[in-house]
Order: sequence, then structure tokens, then C-alpha cells
Amino acid sequence: MPQIAQLAETYSSQIFWLLIFFGITFFFVGRGMVPKAMATVQDRNDKIAGDLAAAKAARDAADEEEETWRKRENENRANAQAIVAEAKAEAAATNERKLAEAQKRLDAQVNEAEARIAKAREAAMSEIEAVAVEATQDIVQRLAGINVPAAAAKSSVEKALQHG
Amino acid sequence: MYQFTIEPLMGSDGWEIAGFNIAFTNSALWMAITTILLAVFVAGGMKRELVPGRWQMAVETFTGFIDDMLEANVGKAGRKYVPYIFSLFMFILFANLLGLLPVGVLGLHPFTFTSHFTVTGVLAIISFSIVLIVGFAKHGFHFFSLFVPHGTPLPMIPIIFPIELISFLVRPFSLALRLFVAMMAGHVLLKVLSSFVIDGTNAGAGFGLLVGLPSFILMIGISALEILVAGIQAYVFALLTSLYINDAENLH
Repeated sequence: MPQIAQLAETYSSQIFWLLIFFGITFFFVGRGMVPKAMATVQDRNDKIAGDLAAAKAARDAADEEEETWRKRENENRANAQAIVAEAKAEAAATNERKLAEAQKRLDAQVNEAEARIAKAREAAMSEIEAVAVEATQDIVQRLAGINVPAAAAKSSVEKALQHG
Repeated sequence: MYQFTIEPLMGSDGWEIAGFNIAFTNSALWMAITTILLAVFVAGGMKRELVPGRWQMAVETFTGFIDDMLEANVGKAGRKYVPYIFSLFMFILFANLLGLLPVGVLGLHPFTFTSHFTVTGVLAIISFSIVLIVGFAKHGFHFFSLFVPHGTPLPMIPIIFPIELISFLVRPFSLALRLFVAMMAGHVLLKVLSSFVIDGTNAGAGFGLLVGLPSFILMIGISALEILVAGIQAYVFALLTSLYINDAENLH
């Protein structure tokens, strides 16, 4: 076994070179590079965590935004409906007022017309009466040869007209 | 056993410091190769991109693996040991795997320096020293309460204390021997089986079919197993070190 057979002559060189090369490994690789490699991993994990947090915050903000938008939208809709209802009510009131005015005007016209008709009929009637009185006087004079005074003829014509 | 022989390279067998021989051996050469490859591997993953490529992903998988292991075994205080445990784990892993490479096909001699207990012993002593230094620096003499488990009845303490102390002191040896034995045994097993293949084939076609072929098929399986063992032993070394550091950090 060379490990034992050569022990006396090689142990010092083995220990010396091991310390040299393991020392290089430890100080150059272990202390020089490994912390940087681990820092890279750490940075990456931090970045991923940060990105995730940012994404979550953005999503929360978007949710909130949507909520406020929805609220505003609902408010707007309610406002619009109120305006529509108001306009409708106003329009209805205006209509009614105009209708009432028109009705009043029509009523007045009708009344006036009726009054005119009544007057015309009265005038016609009085004319008919006058004609009838003249005709009666004429008829009586021709048939009976009696000269009837106008007042008597008129009263008898009126009597006859009234009885139909 | 030739594969475990240490040979000075480039006429360096006379190099000395304070009377101690420091020849640049084949063992030292493979330590250097391990160090360079490990540095290249980790440096390749240092692009520090937000979206990692394959190489960066591989390096980050290893650092994350060590980080998770220390987090699970030691807790938050374990993070400061990541550089050491990472170096330890990757150094042993690369050494084990490089020793298994079939570079013998190219006429080179692969050498597994983790199959030498001088090397595994030094690594175990470093780990054990860290445990002792952290333990005494953090808890002072209270660290000795590690050897008296919770709820030990008072009359049992004189018996339990030496037992716990010995089991504690054995740790560096078990740590060093486990890795050394596992690597050596695997290589010896492959060597024995390959000698069956070569000697059986040389003894004639009949022996070649009867002994060589089954041995060769078995070698393929054992080689796969050795790759697994290379990873497991590196993991066990790092895991046990982190468990011992946990004792020092948190006592019981």
C-alpha cells in the first residue's frame, strides 16, 4: 500500500500542496465566486418577488378602478333616468296645458257660433213673423175685406206660431 | 497498487522547505488540475444573468444545494459556512470524478488523491479545527456540555462524558478514513476485475469468455457504482462536516 509505504517521504509534500491548492480553491472559488453566484440567485428571487408584488398591486388597482368606474356608471345611469323622467313629466304637463288651452279656445268658438246661430234663428223667426203678419193682414183683407190692425195680427200670429 | 504510488514530477524531488520535502508530485498535479477545473466550472457560471443559461444553472444548483444543506442542518447561522463547505464538497467531488476518468487510454496515469489518507486527513483536520474553533469561540467552556446530553442522570455523567468525548474525538478519523477507504476500495476493486479480464483473456479464448467477459460486464456496473460513490462520499464528507458545525453552533 503506497499510502503507508511512502508515508514518511511524501506526507510533507502531500500536506503542503493540498494546503496550497485547497487554499486557492477556498479563497478564490469559495470566497471569491460562490457569494456572487448566490447573490445572483438572491437578486433573481428578489426580482421575481418584486415583480409578483407589482403585478398584484396593479391588479388590485385595476379592480379598484373598475369598482369606481362601475359606481360612477351607475350614478350616471341614475342621473340620466332622472333627467328622462323629468323631461317626460314636463312634456306631459306642457301637452296638457296646450290641450286645455285649445279646448278653451274651441269651447269659446263653439259658444260664439251657437250664440250667432241663435241670433240668426231669432232674426229669421222675427222676419218670418213679420212676413206672416203681413201675409195674414193681406189674406184677411182679401177674404173678409176687413182691415186688421197690425198689432192684432201680430199677436194672433205669435199665438199660432207658439202652438205650432 | 501502482496507481496509488506518488512520484515526484519534473525532477522536483529535491524541493524542500525547512527540511520538509515538498516535491511537486503527480498527486499535487491532480490537485492542481482539480483546482483549475473547479475554478473554470464556477467561473463559467459567473455571468450573473437574470435568466440563467445551462452552465450558470448548473453552478447555481450546486451553490443552492450546499446552501440548502447548511440551512437545513445548521439554520440561518449556517450560511457563513457555505464558501468552506462548497469548496470542500466540490474539491472532493471533482477529485473523485477525475480519478475515475479513463485517461489511461491516452497513456496518462490518473491519480485519485482522495485515496490517500494524508490528504483526507488534512481535510478532516481542517473541518474538525473549524468545529473546535467555532465551538470554543462561541460557547467557551460551555462547549463541554456537548458531551453531556440533555436529561442525563447525574450519576451517569462520569460514564457518559468520556464516551461522548471519545466519540467526538474519533470524528476526524472516521471522516478521513471513510473517504480514503471508499475511494481506495473502489479503485482496487476495478483493478482486480480488470486484471481478471486481462489475465483471463491472455490464458485463452475459453478463459476469456468464462472469466474475462463476466468480469468486464461487472466492471461496467461497478464503474457506474463508483461514479455514484464519488458523489456520495463527497456529499457525506460535506454533510458530516455541516452536522459537526451544527454541534459547534447550536450545541444540542
